[in-house]
Amino acid sequence: MIEWFTWVQVAVAVAAGLLCLVLGLAGRVPSDLTNGALAVVELLLVVQLVVAIAAPAFGNEPTGSVLEFYTYLVGALLLPPAAVFWALLERSRWSTVVLGVAALAVAVMVYRMLQIWTVQQA
Amino acid sequence: MSGIGRVLVAVYGVLALAAVGRSFVQIASKFEEAPLAYSLSALAAVVYVLATVALIRSGRGWYRVAWATIVFEFTGVIVIGTLSIVDPALFPHDTVWSWFGRGYLFIPLVLPLLGMWWLAKHRPGQVALRTDAA
Repeated sequence: MIEWFTWVQVAVAVAAGLLCLVLGLAGRVPSDLTNGALAVVELLLVVQLVVAIAAPAFGNEPTGSVLEFYTYLVGALLLPPAAVFWALLERSRWSTVVLGVAALAVAVMVYRMLQIWTVQQA
Repeated sequence: MSGIGRVLVAVYGVLALAAVGRSFVQIASKFEEAPLAYSLSALAAVVYVLATVALIRSGRGWYRVAWATIVFEFTGVIVIGTLSIVDPALFPHDTVWSWFGRGYLFIPLVLPLLGMWWLAKHRPGQVALRTDAA
C-alpha cells in the first residue's frame, strides 16, 4: 500500500461524498458530474487493488491481516457500482444522496485498510 | 419505499456489508477464539441483510419482517452494548454491538430508531392508498 496515494484516495472519496450529499440535498438528480465522481472513486479503488497485489513483491508487506484487508477492498469495490446502478435506475434527488453515502463509506473503508496495512493496534 | 427512505435502505445496505465482511473475517481466521461472540456477529450480519431486503420489498409480510429484524437489532445493540460496558469480560472480542456500536460510528444504535420511525410512518395500507392515488 502506498501511503500518499491512499491519502489522496481518501480525500477524493470524501470530496466526492460531500459533493453528492450537498447536490442531493439541494434537490439535484444524479448527473454526469455525480456519477462521474463515483466512477473516479471506483477507478482509484481498482488502482489500489493493483498496488496491493503488486506491493508485497517490492518488500511492501501488510502488517495486519491480509484476509481482513481484502475483505474491505472487495467490499469497497462493490459500493460505487451498486450506488451508480441505483442512480441510473431511479433518477431522484435521494439517489444523489445515496451516491454520497457510498463514497463516504468507501473513504472510511480505505482508511481502515490503511490502518490494517500499516499499524496494528488490536 | 420512496424518497428519503431510499437513503435509509442504502445505509442499511452498507451496514449489512460491513457486518457480513467482518463476520466473514472473524469466522474464517479466528472462530475458535470466541465462538459465541463470532456466532453472534454472524447472526447480526444475517439479520442486517434481512432487514435491508425487507425494507426494499413491499407488502404486509415484508413489513412484519422489517419490524421483527429492526426490533431484534435494537434489542441486540441495547443488551450487548450494556453488557459490554457493565461486564467487559463477557465480550473480550468486539462485536458490531459492543459499546453500542462504537466501532461503527454508533450507526447500529441510531439506525434501528430511524428504521422504526420510518416503518411507523409508512404502514403498508397507507403506502397502497398513496400508490392508488398516484
